[in-house]
Amino acid sequence: MNSYATDQAQDASSPSAVAEPVIVRLAAVRKSYKDVVAVERVDLEVRRGEFFTLLGPSGSGKTTSLRLIAGFEKPDSGLIELNGADVTGLPPYDRDINTVFQDYALFPHMTVAENIAYGLQAKRVPRDEIKPRVAEALRMVRLENFGERSPAQLSGGQRQRVGLARAIVNRPKVLLLDEPLGALDLKLRQEMQSELKRIQAEVGITFLYVTHDQEEALTMSDRIAIFNLGRIVQIGTPAQVYEEPADEFVAGFVGTSNILRRDGRRFALRPEKVRMMRADETSTEAGLHVEGGTITEVIYVGQFTRYVVRLADGTDITTVRQNSDRSTSGPREIVGSKVLVAWRSDNLFELR
Amino acid sequence: MESRAARIGLTIWVGFVLAFLFVPIILIIVYAFNSSNIQSWPIAGFTFKWFGSAFANSEIRTALLLSLKAGVIATTIAVLLGSAVAFAVHRFEFFGKDAVSFMVVLPIALPGIITGMALNSFFVFWGLGLSFWTIVIGHATFCIVIVYNNVIARLRRVPRSLEEASMDLGADAWQTFRRVTLPMISTSLVAGALLAFALSFDEVIVTTFTAGAQNTLPLWIFGAIRLGQRLPEVNVVVLVVMTLTFVPVLLAYRLTNQAGAMVK
Repeated sequence: MNSYATDQAQDASSPSAVAEPVIVRLAAVRKSYKDVVAVERVDLEVRRGEFFTLLGPSGSGKTTSLRLIAGFEKPDSGLIELNGADVTGLPPYDRDINTVFQDYALFPHMTVAENIAYGLQAKRVPRDEIKPRVAEALRMVRLENFGERSPAQLSGGQRQRVGLARAIVNRPKVLLLDEPLGALDLKLRQEMQSELKRIQAEVGITFLYVTHDQEEALTMSDRIAIFNLGRIVQIGTPAQVYEEPADEFVAGFVGTSNILRRDGRRFALRPEKVRMMRADETSTEAGLHVEGGTITEVIYVGQFTRYVVRLADGTDITTVRQNSDRSTSGPREIVGSKVLVAWRSDNLFELR
Repeated sequence: MESRAARIGLTIWVGFVLAFLFVPIILIIVYAFNSSNIQSWPIAGFTFKWFGSAFANSEIRTALLLSLKAGVIATTIAVLLGSAVAFAVHRFEFFGKDAVSFMVVLPIALPGIITGMALNSFFVFWGLGLSFWTIVIGHATFCIVIVYNNVIARLRRVPRSLEEASMDLGADAWQTFRRVTLPMISTSLVAGALLAFALSFDEVIVTTFTAGAQNTLPLWIFGAIRLGQRLPEVNVVVLVVMTLTFVPVLLAYRLTNQAGAMVK
């Protein structure tokens, strides 16, 4: 009895053991348009409060999956559950879900405040409750004084904030975000990324996020589902999908990977785990595997320099080196230099 | 130097073209204020008396009223049917969709004389006497096209995501239509209606075949000119017809452009 209680306490303290209930569940969902299969088969469980990302190239089925969850599309077969209830056949307005659209989809004939109040009005929230909730939503996205503006008077980033406010003001169970930062420039995108994380922490709503930007997925998500050709090929934490890619597609799509073929087996090796040394250098580090090669490409990126080294067997190995000393004369190694590349064999990850 | 000569030449040429188009119209406007009932240049003096005598003429008043009534009713029919077809064609996939959208647009491409003859033989065949209502039906055939074209062009420019956003926020299909779709297309609907009215108001050919004893304003003008009667009043009436068609067209043009900026 006593030991049981202790176990419980330990479980609660470690985050992985606190299993939040499943809030969105897709089971064997399939969707095709005429002859084109958009989603071959998707099984998915998203837990409450998660920042869950659907990541994949365009046409991989991630956006279609999101539209199926929102209710804009009906699956050919399969089951969609929200908070344990079957919503497969329900129209969008009967689902406790809201969406942030890539093109913002703000109503141009309404002010910002009217846009945000729209969902509350549709659900017949009492008038005297709507006003403070709209003000609260505007505050949350830092647009306190923009309520009376028209969407046409806002910048892209501001419009996206309004789109976000319009969705979260309804306090949905799940917030769907369809490449919400896709139309913004890099600087603004990074700003909005941390903004989104802050807002999610504040409202505690489950975020289901669609993107094709692997860096965005890695930095923002609790878990990532990686889509390819209408299927999910891997679900895991950012570290899992990065360090233990399920297959060659994931290894190449999330970050870059070197693919090595040795003894009929295939291994993934991340560029930052490859060390490059001068041909006459030796290392005494145990477990280090060293091979010789020739530099075929040098790409100066500023923060680091990327090298491509061709090994004796013809394999190209990409590696990066931090430009840790200030120098305008460029990298020491040039194309054609003979070098050694080395990696610890426990940094190889076998692909099946 | 050469380009300067070319520019002067072009300016003169454009002046000729504009004069060719607009001198007859300006002449009619000027003659409407001519104090003499004989049309000669320069006009004998300036007067408003023909406006009074035109308005005192019961034939003209009846014709004006008939034209207005026919225009308004034909436009109303066109707004209802034209926008309904536009919604159907835009929203739904159905067998023969392309054929339907083609057939709706066809009356504007067909020469008026064919539409007129076809309607005439149809009404006669079924023993429907030509009346005010046959005029309205005749006008509605091409008014529908105008409304349909305007509305469907707008619908195609309204992003689908707006309606999805509305439903996503909890509005059902009817609320979405009333609060999002209708406001988005309202200017195109008004523009279509104004154009349709203008088209109906000065229509001659189809009306000739579908009118019985009734005279619309354009038919009255046509008759009066053929008989060489009441020419000063004709000028006044033409001025009125011009205003009543030009103003809606101008308004429609502005509405379409404004709304274009709004939808983006």
